[in-house]
Amino acid sequence: MTTVPRPAPLRDVNGPSALGGGSRRFFDLLRLMSVTEFKRVYFGTVLGYLWSLVRPLMLFAVLLFVFTKVFKVGSELPYYPVLLLLGIVLFTFFQEATQNSVSSVVAQEGIVRKTQFPRLVIPLAVVLTALFNLGLNLVVVMVFILAWGVDPMWTWLLLPVAVALIFVFAAAVSMALSVLYVRFRDVLIIWTVVAQVLFYATPVLYPIEYVPSTYHHLIFLNPLAPIFEQVRVWMIEPEAPTAIDVVGSFPKLLPTIAVYIAICGFGAWIFRREAPRIAEDL
Amino acid sequence: MPPAAIEVEDLHKSFRIPTQRVDSIKERVVHPFSSSSFRELRALDGVSFAIEQGEFFGIVGRNGSGKSTLLKLLASIYRADAGKIRMAGRLAPFIELGVGFNVELSARENAVLNGVMMGLTPQESRERLDAVIAFAELEEFVDLKLKNYSSGMLVRLAFSLMLEVDADILLIDEVLAVGDASFQQKCADAFREMKAAGKTIVLVTHEMATVEEYCHRAMLISDGQIQYIGDPAEVGRRYTRLNFEQGSDVGGAPTSEGDEVRLLDAWLEDEAGERIENVEQGTPIRIRVELEARRDSPGVGVGFILANADGVGVFQFGTEAIRTPEGPPDLAAGRRVRIEAEIENPLNAGRYFLHCGVNRVGGGVALYVHNALDFVVFGGDQHSLGVVSLPHEISATVEPQVGGR
Repeated sequence: MTTVPRPAPLRDVNGPSALGGGSRRFFDLLRLMSVTEFKRVYFGTVLGYLWSLVRPLMLFAVLLFVFTKVFKVGSELPYYPVLLLLGIVLFTFFQEATQNSVSSVVAQEGIVRKTQFPRLVIPLAVVLTALFNLGLNLVVVMVFILAWGVDPMWTWLLLPVAVALIFVFAAAVSMALSVLYVRFRDVLIIWTVVAQVLFYATPVLYPIEYVPSTYHHLIFLNPLAPIFEQVRVWMIEPEAPTAIDVVGSFPKLLPTIAVYIAICGFGAWIFRREAPRIAEDL
Repeated sequence: MPPAAIEVEDLHKSFRIPTQRVDSIKERVVHPFSSSSFRELRALDGVSFAIEQGEFFGIVGRNGSGKSTLLKLLASIYRADAGKIRMAGRLAPFIELGVGFNVELSARENAVLNGVMMGLTPQESRERLDAVIAFAELEEFVDLKLKNYSSGMLVRLAFSLMLEVDADILLIDEVLAVGDASFQQKCADAFREMKAAGKTIVLVTHEMATVEEYCHRAMLISDGQIQYIGDPAEVGRRYTRLNFEQGSDVGGAPTSEGDEVRLLDAWLEDEAGERIENVEQGTPIRIRVELEARRDSPGVGVGFILANADGVGVFQFGTEAIRTPEGPPDLAAGRRVRIEAEIENPLNAGRYFLHCGVNRVGGGVALYVHNALDFVVFGGDQHSLGVVSLPHEISATVEPQVGGR
C-alpha cells in the first residue's frame, strides 16, 4: 500500500461513456461480468444450468406435439422436428438476451451510480451469457440432428456466420432496450409483446413456403427471418429455398438488410448518446 | 510547487428537474407537453481549482451546495456540461458510503469486480482479495451475498476495497469514521499512512472537525460556486457563518442583526468544551450563544424554543434577565456576552432546531433568530414513537381471585 508516488501526467477526465477506459479493462470487465451474470442466473436454482436447456426443450416438446399431432402440419415434413428444435434454440438465444438486457442497467444501479466504467459492458455481458447458453444448447441440437439422420455438410461451417448475425442484432436491440428502460419503464412490457410477435414472424414454427408468397416480403422485414431461413438451408435441408429464393432476387433482400443495419445503428447511437447520463437518470 | 494531481477549469453542470416526472410512455402520450415543464438546477456554476499531488484537500458545503455533484464529476460518474477536468494517475472513489456493489453477488465476486473496475487485471484483483477481506475483518463472510450483509459490514468492505486498489488519488464522500472503534482506528492509521506515502486525498464532508484535523487546504462551495479556497480553519469559520446566515432566513423576517443586540454565534458543545454538530441521545444538550450589544442597554433576557423537524415546539425555556455570577452584566455598546445553557436530553433521535430570542428587560423583543441551531440527535432506538423518551416505570399486580369458578 505504501508505494512511492510516481509523477503521473495529467489526463483529461471526460465522464462516463459507452466505451472508453482502455480495451483491456473493457474485455476484463466484460468477461468477469458475463461469468458473474451466468452464476447469478443459475447458481441460485436447484437444477442450475440445466434450466437453460430444459426451457427450450419443453417448449420444443409442446410445439412438436401441437404441430404434428393436433394440426398435423409438421408431420408432412420429414425434417420438421429438427428444424423446430434448431429454430427454438436460436430464437431462445435472441429472446433471452434481449429480455434479460432490458432491466440490466437499472439492476446494476449500485455500480452505475458509484463507479466509472464503460457502460456498454452491462448489456453486452447479458448477451454474452445468453450466447454461452446457446453454445451449450447447440451441442445438444447437433447430437439430435445427427441422430435424426441428417448427413454432415460443409455448409455446417457457416452456422457461426448466422449466429454472429443474430448476436449483433441481439446486442444492438439489447443496448437500445437497456438504456431506454432507464427512462421509460414500459419498455419491459412492450418488449415482451414485441418478442412474442417476432417469434411468430420468424419461420420457426412453420416453413416459409407454407406462407402465401404475398406475405413473404412482410415477414422478411423482420431481419431474423432470412437468417433463420438460411440456417435451415445450411444445416438441414440444402434443397429448401434460400433467403434470396424466397424474395426472388438479391436486390429484393436489400430492404431487410437496411432494416438490420438501421436497427443496429439505432442501438449503437442511442446507447452512445444516453450512456453518459445513465447515472443521473436512475 | 509540486505538480498538480487534479486540475478543474470552469466546470459547469446543471440538472433538469422535471416538475412532474414522466416515467412511462403512456404519460408522455397523454401529457405530451408535460415533459417540457422542468426547472434547471445549476449544481455547479463555473468552478475552477487545482489540487497538488500529495495534498489532503477538503471540500465543504451545505447540502445541495454542489459538493457531491463535483465529486461525481471528478469520479467520472456524471459528465460535465462544460469545463475541463484533468487528473494525474488512477482514482479510487468512495461515494455515499460505498464503492458500487452488486448485492446479488458475494463479497469475493464484488471485490474482484471492483478491482477490475479500478483498472487492475483480474489476476491482480484476485491476489489482493485476501488483504481486502482481512482488512475488512470479513473472513467468515467472504462467500455470503452482499444483500445479507449488515450496513456496517458493507461499509467496511467498501472502505478496505478503496484502500487496496492502490490508487494515486482517493475521493471520499462524507465519512472517515466507519464501523466500530477498532475499525475506525485502523482507518485513521491507513489515512495517516497514505498521507505519509504522498497520496492525494479529496475529502467531501460537512464535519468541520475532520477537515481541520486532516486537511492541508480546503474549499468552501455554496450554490455551485467556490466561496473560498485555502486555510481549513478559515473555511470552517466561513462555513459556520454561511450556515448561520442561511439558517436564519428560513423563518423570514428574523435576523441575527437586531438594532440593539446582534447574535454572533451559536453552537453546541460536548462535555470537554469542544464544538459539536450533533448530540447523542441521552447526553445533555449544552447550548452556547454569543451576543453583542449594539447600544447601551439596561440588560436583556434570553429565551429558547426547541422544535422538532416538523416545526412542532417541544420545549421552551428562558430567563427574564441574564445574570453573571457577579450580577447583571453591564451591557455597554460593543460588549459581548456569552450565554451558556444546558438542558436534559430526553429527545428521540431526529433533527431538531433551536430558535433563540432576546428580549429587553422592560419588555419587548430585541431579536429573534429562527433556526439559530440545526442539529441531529442520534443513537438510541431509531423507531421509537414520539418526540421524547421519558423516564417511566411499568408494574403490574394480579388481583386476588374472588370466589372461584
